Amino acid sequence: MVPLNWYIILSAVMFSIGMFGFLSRRNLVIMFICLELMLNAVNVSLVAFSHYLQSINGQILVFFVITVAAAEAAIGLAIIIAYYKNNPTIKVDEINILKG
Amino acid sequence: MLKYILIPLLPLLSFIINILFGRNYIKNRAHWIAVPAILGSFVLAVSACIEVLNGKVIDINVYSWIVSGSFNVSVGILIDQLTAVMLMVVTSIGSLIFIYSVGYMHGDKGYYRFFAYLSLFIFSMLTLVMANNFLIMYLGWEAVGLCSYFLIGFWFHKKSAGDAGKKAFIVNRFGDFGFGLGVILIFLTFGSLNYMEVFGAAGGIVGQTITLLGYKVDLITLICLLLFCGAMGKSAQFPFHVWLPDAMEGPTPVSALIHAATMVTAGVFMVARCNTLFSYSQTAMNTVAIVGGFTAIFAATIALVQNDIKRVIAYSTVSQLGYMFLALGVGAYSAGVFHLYTHAFFKALLFLGSGSVIHALHHAKQDDEQNMQVMGGLKKHMPITYWVFILATLSITGIPFLSGFFSKDEILWQTFQAGDLGKFLWFLGALAALLTAFYSWRLIYLTFHGEYRGDTECESRIHESPLVITIPLMLLAVGAVAAGWVGIPPVFLEHGDKIGYFLAPVLGHPEGHGTHAQEYFVIASSIFVAIAGWVIAYIMYIKNPGLPEKLFSAFRPVHKVLFNKYYIDEFYDKTIVQPVLKASDKIILAFDVNVIEGVVNGVPSLIGVFSKGLRKIQTGLLSNYAAVMAIGVLCVVGYMFFMR
Repeated sequence: MVPLNWYIILSAVMFSIGMFGFLSRRNLVIMFICLELMLNAVNVSLVAFSHYLQSINGQILVFFVITVAAAEAAIGLAIIIAYYKNNPTIKVDEINILKG
Repeated sequence: MLKYILIPLLPLLSFIINILFGRNYIKNRAHWIAVPAILGSFVLAVSACIEVLNGKVIDINVYSWIVSGSFNVSVGILIDQLTAVMLMVVTSIGSLIFIYSVGYMHGDKGYYRFFAYLSLFIFSMLTLVMANNFLIMYLGWEAVGLCSYFLIGFWFHKKSAGDAGKKAFIVNRFGDFGFGLGVILIFLTFGSLNYMEVFGAAGGIVGQTITLLGYKVDLITLICLLLFCGAMGKSAQFPFHVWLPDAMEGPTPVSALIHAATMVTAGVFMVARCNTLFSYSQTAMNTVAIVGGFTAIFAATIALVQNDIKRVIAYSTVSQLGYMFLALGVGAYSAGVFHLYTHAFFKALLFLGSGSVIHALHHAKQDDEQNMQVMGGLKKHMPITYWVFILATLSITGIPFLSGFFSKDEILWQTFQAGDLGKFLWFLGALAALLTAFYSWRLIYLTFHGEYRGDTECESRIHESPLVITIPLMLLAVGAVAAGWVGIPPVFLEHGDKIGYFLAPVLGHPEGHGTHAQEYFVIASSIFVAIAGWVIAYIMYIKNPGLPEKLFSAFRPVHKVLFNKYYIDEFYDKTIVQPVLKASDKIILAFDVNVIEGVVNGVPSLIGVFSKGLRKIQTGLLSNYAAVMAIGVLCVVGYMFFMR
């Protein structure tokens, strides 16, 4: 039996890696993957707590998160491709046309 | 109930259809909508009048318009004896003028627009006369003013027409301001605007005073004077008469319908409607009588020397309106309304006749087509127009047994009986009748008799107007002769004064205390002045055509003052128009440039200054936004961890 702590630590580590990657990397696709990592870190902790509390609510929420993540991935990648067709770059440093 | 509502709504419908679809679809077929609409109103008005004749008074609230605390206004209809007379005048004369306009305005670029405005005018006028409270009347009152503005400036490409429209609107504004205040004061005093409630409660406020600028003023007198102020503006009484002669810039059917037969009588109608209020205030009554009597003679003197055919008739209208107010002022309300009714026929006829002359001269390509000095000898070219003109002139000058004789005589007789002031005003009125006879016959002689004084080449092209113009003229001529037969004074015919008895429930019946001998004297003197004016005009313009010139040079200063209308326009220009223009020039410089433009330009530049600093944080870099978000989340988490 794996104690709850371990799951939480795993989740926290995954989230931190994802967040660090999102903030430090400049490649849009990498940032996107980091975003997915953060979402999955949350999923891990949700499932762990769901099991620990013997409640189904957490797992239901996980399905929603997975659905949203899938939709978001589809739209996000589509936007990246569409952008790349117009401006051949996916470096966020160079994507700054909204600069004030 | 629907049939009463339809009386004003049919013309409104015609207005809406013509104004929406006129330019692109209806074009020169506009009369196929407007004429049936007004004829429909006329038929419905006749049926309503028959009900009133049978003793029914229609007073219904159609719809609750404003409900705010104790302030309660309905859109309501009141058709009593007074409204019935007005309905007949407006719809019958309106119908004839609509038909006349089909011929007169034929081929005009704004044909559909003309009929649209004319329909809107009829709607407004019917609203005004059919209202059962002061606010709806005020609505109609303002709307007829607006239509008048549209129609005077109908040929807006002419600067003079545009200016005349503005002048009419602005001068009326002065009067309407008083009327508006009067309506507000009525509400403050009585807590209601409904006629029946106000007139019913009027007796209770006699003798009450209010303090105005430190003076104690009799409340009911103040109300009446404010209302009368509006009437003076709308009915072109001195000193607000200046707009009416200029209003002749509009097409002639407009002059006939609005500036002679209907709209300008709105003031007379309003005072007659409020007769209960006026009767309680002798001061207000005297003011009405004096203003009316003075205007009657004042306008008649100006008409003596004018050369523009329509202007002569316009001043004649001002003068006749003066008569009506004179009658109202001495308490002879039904005589005033009777004169309103007969005047509508013969004055509309005079205007439409002059329109027929102008139309003929215009098509003969004569320059200066309204100037009587270039006319003359038109009798043989336009026999129908000539004869209807003669009938109208006989009627207006008060030749016995025509409409004008009965109504004018009734006014003079009632005035004569009204004390010392009445005797003086009667003298003014009789003098004005002399002048009326003179200038009316002068108009006939200059226009139709003698030799044509314009281009001989043009003369060959002059011919009688088409049937669509002459038939309304002939129908109006019947009215000009016979309309007065409902008001034959008792000395001629027992129970002859039918209209007086008909109106008595609303307007009361003045009790005369003059003797029959006095009445015969008044009648004889008005016949005498009518014939004297005719004879003088005959001597001056037929027997001795050189005489007017000699007289003019002998009395050069008098002629100059009269010809320039007593310099009233110049006086207003110097004392009101120019100072206001100069002051507003200064205000524009000081206020508009500094304050308005300062605010308008200042607000955006202030926002610009702030945003210059704020926009720096919008770097456009995704990483920066993410970092800020992460810091934000950390702060929230930290707060939850450590602060709670």
